[in-house]
Amino acid sequence: MPSAFTHEFNTPAFKGKVSFSTGLFINGQFVDGSDNTTIDVINPTNGKVITSVSEATPKDVDIAVEVAQKAFDTVWGLNASGATRSILMGKLAILMQENADELAALEALDNGKTFNFARNIDVASSIDCIRYYAGWADKVTGQVLETTEAKLTYTRHEPIGVVGQIIPWNFPLLMMAWKLGPALACGNTIVLKPSEFTPLTAIKMCHLLNEAGFPPGVINVLTGYGGTTGNAISSHMKIEKVAFTGSTLVGRKIMESAAKSNLKNVTLELGGKSPNIIFDDADLEQAVNWAAFGIFFNHGQTCTAGSRIFVQEGIYDEFLKRFTERTRSIKVGDPFAPETFQGPQVSEIQFNRIMSYIESGKQAGAKVEVGGERQGTEGYFIQPTVFTNVDSSMKIVQEEIFGPVGVVIKFKDEDDVIKQANDTVYGLAAAVFTPNLNRAINTAHRLKAGTAWINCVNSFNANVAFGGFKQSGIGRECGEYALHNYTSVKAVHVNLGHKM
Amino acid sequence: MASLSARIVIRATNRELEIPTGLFIDNQFVPSVDSASEPIQAVNPSTEEPICSVVAGSAKDIDIAVAAARKAFNTTWGKNVTGFERSKLLNKLADLMERDQDILAEVESLNNGKPVKIARDFDIGDSIQCLRYYAGWADKITGQTIEVDNKTKLAFTKHDPIGVCGQIIPWNYPINMWAWKVGPALACGCTVVMKPSELTPLTALMLSKLIAEAGFPPGVVNTIPSLGSVGGAALSAHMDVDKVAFTGSTVTGRKIMEAAAKSNLKKVSLELGGKSPQIVFESADLDQAANWACLGILYNTGQDCTAGSRLYVQDTIYDKFISLLVSKAKELVIGDGFDEKSGGGPVVSKTQFDKVWRYIESGSTQGAKLALGGQKRPGKGFFVDPTIFTDINANMDIVRDEIFGPVLSVGRFKTEEEAISLANDTSYGLGAGLHSNDANQCMRVSSALEAGTVWVNQYNLLNNNVPFGGKKQSGIGRELGSYALEEYTSVKAVHWNFGEKLDWPL
Repeated sequence: MPSAFTHEFNTPAFKGKVSFSTGLFINGQFVDGSDNTTIDVINPTNGKVITSVSEATPKDVDIAVEVAQKAFDTVWGLNASGATRSILMGKLAILMQENADELAALEALDNGKTFNFARNIDVASSIDCIRYYAGWADKVTGQVLETTEAKLTYTRHEPIGVVGQIIPWNFPLLMMAWKLGPALACGNTIVLKPSEFTPLTAIKMCHLLNEAGFPPGVINVLTGYGGTTGNAISSHMKIEKVAFTGSTLVGRKIMESAAKSNLKNVTLELGGKSPNIIFDDADLEQAVNWAAFGIFFNHGQTCTAGSRIFVQEGIYDEFLKRFTERTRSIKVGDPFAPETFQGPQVSEIQFNRIMSYIESGKQAGAKVEVGGERQGTEGYFIQPTVFTNVDSSMKIVQEEIFGPVGVVIKFKDEDDVIKQANDTVYGLAAAVFTPNLNRAINTAHRLKAGTAWINCVNSFNANVAFGGFKQSGIGRECGEYALHNYTSVKAVHVNLGHKM
Repeated sequence: MASLSARIVIRATNRELEIPTGLFIDNQFVPSVDSASEPIQAVNPSTEEPICSVVAGSAKDIDIAVAAARKAFNTTWGKNVTGFERSKLLNKLADLMERDQDILAEVESLNNGKPVKIARDFDIGDSIQCLRYYAGWADKITGQTIEVDNKTKLAFTKHDPIGVCGQIIPWNYPINMWAWKVGPALACGCTVVMKPSELTPLTALMLSKLIAEAGFPPGVVNTIPSLGSVGGAALSAHMDVDKVAFTGSTVTGRKIMEAAAKSNLKKVSLELGGKSPQIVFESADLDQAANWACLGILYNTGQDCTAGSRLYVQDTIYDKFISLLVSKAKELVIGDGFDEKSGGGPVVSKTQFDKVWRYIESGSTQGAKLALGGQKRPGKGFFVDPTIFTDINANMDIVRDEIFGPVLSVGRFKTEEEAISLANDTSYGLGAGLHSNDANQCMRVSSALEAGTVWVNQYNLLNNNVPFGGKKQSGIGRELGSYALEEYTSVKAVHWNFGEKLDWPL
């Protein structure tokens, strides 16, 4: 019998009691893992165990795939009309709205992000995303193509079947919504593995999925480790497609497993080392504010973090002065305290990684303008950190740190900065600050990135495509584009009179 | 000042309710500014008794409504509201319609005559789905970026809302036609001045109340019941209305297009009449084909623009099919909409009743044979029973003209070519149906039929996401599906130069 997670929240931001089963969610039921083992969920503010959740094994993946296939063949896939799928997804969005505060509190609890951000960004955007894709469910159209009058040729955009989805710990609920939305809209059934670090909102969502009335087996959620559960999904012979968001390192493994198993379709949304380019005619105050948001939002744990900040010579000194001041003013602390901007990093592993990058920066001769140390003695808090005096050979300039650590680099002119900005294996996002829109558009077009922000950073919309160039990913999420990831196109040629 | 609501009693369901009877402008129910305006009386076609009267709008009221719609478009709607917001409001409207579906169904039945169950499960059920469908489109109106010269120019299109739209809807599916019009218009960000039919204004006014309750800003939807020749004419000729959408007769459609041309060349979409044919081939499942043929001409008591009012049956199965058809048509019970037994209601008004009977008489006079019907019912109510004529020829009025009642004209044919030729011999082109188990034949014939909707082995059933509209004189433009969005969108192309300097003189 899987355990229940019961918790009393008594914080300035949120008060309330939660209680729900924490088993694997298979075929509409909460069950123990087949090895009866569990995973501890840690509170990153103090390193203590919050609760434990059931652990999935490859055997559980097999079971989930079987029920997902059965659901696809009988009650989902093309057996459920787009209108039906739309209605269920609409109900889910309503339930998420009704449970918004609880979802935000759960997210803040195991991820460490502030309750305010969780509520106003993560949860709000997740609801918008589900609503948006509910609207697509009855609008998945193929084409009729003109060939000759002796033939009727058309395409069908069919659901793929059972899809595997592996999501990260940085925006647990939002990443779940980005995955469920288009997959369900197109009629697929799902086996989803949330991060073992942040399973709480995913499990709560399973309860909402039941309440909304999704038939059992349509969505199955398995909490488990990447190396076992994730690997079982990406190498499964009966999963026709895998979608992954996470590190580039793991993304490669997933694509490899897909290739070695059944050549399943793969979409990847990976890391970044996104440049934030500030020209000397930029609105300085705005540039400083956006740059801070770009690197310190979500504790730097954002794939699109503007972690390389390029500042044109003319305003470099003034920018740096204001930027470090701005950084110093960031409140780091309890996610449930209303004035907190930055909570702890998500786990001990991440904490150690980030601290070792900071150490490597110091060792390589970069200058710490602000921060550079652990914050406090308990939990995984790190001071917002800014390095200058860097060069492109340094790890802190090349590699994704995924923490509140930015580097500021001086540049001369457009050609110079574009060359530096593009000098990375990544290509997820980029930002440009200048009121000169001709230059902004030109620069944005020359940057090798899947998203180019002009005079803003980290600005997302459910209906705007998102994804990476180069080693930042394959495929696009959000908007209509995400539907392409979850449909299988069949062309039908009907011969009307051509005799052989 | 007269009260702007009426208390109506529905004896059959023991329901008493207040319905608004004023003009709906800026989310308020108001009287006409024209004291000379005679109110419109809504009549129960099953009993011929009056239900209540509503305020009739004059041309001046239309002016006020258009001004309200224009103001809303410039301030709280149009480009001032996001697709996400429009989506939320449309979904809320659908929820409210669902909440009130029983009351709406009863008033729809009372005023139009159709059976209550059909009004609720089909008319209103489909309307709720329609609104939800377009709620889903509201945040998905996309333009394109277009490759031109990468060094100097960015070219893209914006799909702007057209603006203030006049919408004129008919009496045969009052709620459903309201949803078909309001859904896409609001999804695209347009504001609306709606003129419901003077025969069936009640549910449009009740739905207006839901518009306000759902939270649409004032002026986004305005409702002006009035005579076609007054309100409809004023909208089509209005210099500040950007687009008019009309569903109704071809005769009126012409007038609307003329008025649009003479005034400000406003965009026009028309969904007009039909004389839609069904063809039954010898390989067809005859029992099924007979069912679909009955549905085609008897659903909504034949008051359907796509009514399958002509039927052509292949020689080899003619006798067998006709006897099936007649026996099935006999099974339909036409009666009061609140009677559980009724499968169809009366025709909507005295005018329609007289018109249908003139055609039935002409059928006999012009030499067609009556296989069913032809007996006028005594007593109250505009009830017309299923009527089937055989031995027709192409010159008869009952074969050429749209009757808009439960009157079917049946002919015969030998070859596929003949059937296609007979079917296409009409100035209309709204719907067509064919019944055959020969797949190649189905493909050939569906390709050859000149109609905006062709049903293969089916009839009459539409889906909110599949476009609908007429070829030839049955209409201009398409409703439903993604296609309806084009009717409410105005495309702007933007050429953004960021790299080209112009020499002058050239």
